[in-house]
Amino acid sequence: MNPHNLMLIDPHIHMTSRTTDDYQRMRQAGIVAIIEPAFWLGQPRTEVGSFKDYFSSLVGWERFRASQFGIKHYCTIGLNSKEANNEALAEQVMELLPLFVCKEGVVGIGEIGYDDQTPAEDRFFRAQLDLAREVGLPVQVHTPHRDKKAGTITSMEVCLEHGIAPDMVIIDHNNEETVRDVLDRGFWAAFTIYPNSKMGNERMVEIVKQYGSERIIVNSSADWGVSDPLSVPKTASLMLEKGISIEDVRKVCYQNALDAFGKSGQMHESDWLTPATVDQREKFSDNSVLRGGQTPVIGEIKADTVLESNIVR
Amino acid sequence: MSTTSTPTVLYQADISAVKEFLKDLIRKTASPESIEWLTQKLTLVSSNAYQAKDLYLAFSAAPRFVGKENLQVNKQDLQQATDIRAGFNPSNWTTAQAARTILILSIPHQNPETYLATIEKLFNTADMGELVALYAALPLLPHPEQFRKRASEGVRTNMGDVYEAVALNNPYPSDYMEEDAWNQMVLKTLFVGKPIYRIYGIEKRVNPKLARMLSDYAHERWAAGRTVSPELWRSVGPYLDDTLLNDVKKLFAQPNDLEKAAAALACTQSNFAPAQELLNEHATLKESVMRGEITWDLIGNRLLEIN
Repeated sequence: MNPHNLMLIDPHIHMTSRTTDDYQRMRQAGIVAIIEPAFWLGQPRTEVGSFKDYFSSLVGWERFRASQFGIKHYCTIGLNSKEANNEALAEQVMELLPLFVCKEGVVGIGEIGYDDQTPAEDRFFRAQLDLAREVGLPVQVHTPHRDKKAGTITSMEVCLEHGIAPDMVIIDHNNEETVRDVLDRGFWAAFTIYPNSKMGNERMVEIVKQYGSERIIVNSSADWGVSDPLSVPKTASLMLEKGISIEDVRKVCYQNALDAFGKSGQMHESDWLTPATVDQREKFSDNSVLRGGQTPVIGEIKADTVLESNIVR
Repeated sequence: MSTTSTPTVLYQADISAVKEFLKDLIRKTASPESIEWLTQKLTLVSSNAYQAKDLYLAFSAAPRFVGKENLQVNKQDLQQATDIRAGFNPSNWTTAQAARTILILSIPHQNPETYLATIEKLFNTADMGELVALYAALPLLPHPEQFRKRASEGVRTNMGDVYEAVALNNPYPSDYMEEDAWNQMVLKTLFVGKPIYRIYGIEKRVNPKLARMLSDYAHERWAAGRTVSPELWRSVGPYLDDTLLNDVKKLFAQPNDLEKAAAALACTQSNFAPAQELLNEHATLKESVMRGEITWDLIGNRLLEIN
């Protein structure tokens, strides 16, 4: 699927809903890092504690789980638009956010924005834009499925109104109708390759042919619905097949995501280029815990043994 | 040492000495700006009227401002650490971890309930690096008896680094953990293949129930055709009886030198006469033990090297 061994990033995927098989196949297909935006779980939560444990799992267990498959896991933290409509609960979630937004590997506030474009959604979108500005993090904006074009334009205008620079905002789930407005205003334009409701691979190829690779980002948004965690590698492969240059493919399936979310200061290429090592060097960096002049065992974890280590014989 | 007893211990270590010591270690690797950031945050959170949000943001943002370099801990530093708190060993700590520890040692702690609630809130919303910092800081915190349940919870983790933070090079478990939790910790350390000799106070907390559990575990491994870590016998030796001595006989018969060495050490730890007689049958090993050429720590080190 990835004959050029391109390193790929999926900057929008809900791994909480995916299995270890997905992680294995993603790693094999060349995905080195992913970003998991905080979203809803298919049905609305009714207690603030559910949000707390969800956010905790995004910075804790899910990150550890990904690391077992050689994939670096980052996340964005925020109150999604759907659940912003329960205002009493949303207020409590807003109080939780300061506990999480500055944690390691949190590369943005997200995914936030509009769904039904209600006054409640607007209120909490704005409050979170202020938080993003306060802590200097990029914003990952979910654009609505319905009344999409108007909602996308409103989202950008509100960002500007709150003093957020366009290059700190990733406008997500774009399509042929919204891309021009987003690029013209200087925002990052992300595209979700998702069956039925969003973009298809073939259409994505045409977008890159028409608009080039500047500030365009491809993701899968794979979640609990019918979706594909290999959307990014598959689209990369199709682009190459259709004659898009390898440099352009690298930008839309890797570099642009890194540049955009790297503005958080929490995501560096060295995170995955520096190979993971067995724990002894880390744990024995000082010889004070070793006796008799022994040297620690140092070794790189080979890609094929990463999966191996998870198998109990 | 039961949870029902009235809390009596207020401090495990001189808090201001710990803070100064850790600050000195941070200064060795971090920039002056980092120190300035930390000093500013410490002023904020040490006031009686501090805002919870200030603590949360500083605690989570520590790596962004003071980095995640390994602390440079030399022999004198390690000695000083032990002088401040027996068993305290920050050799594997990072600058961010040290900064986080100083932060939680700086917030007001006069009220034990409030202090516990604040620390628990940090635990319950922690990422991996924060969990490592919090568990490794347990032996330094005020009101140590309040954190027994939390330490037991740490042993239940599935994250390797977090497990090491609570179980290895950490004097809190041997000083404060309930016996059943301690036994689970020793057994789980073997189960997940981590080195027993890095459990601080492993010898101090031996008990007959643990010896029985370890022997059962060895039998389970043998039955499955799997190897048994020679370190397992370290907590069995003091309780050798007719039954457990059969395990040791089996060990002496293993082709692996480290298992033979473990058998000899286990006999040395025992007052059971037949164990001494068994050891006398292995004169060369006995002499090595007497000369100090075989120790549990050396076995642990050797195992790490070859695994």
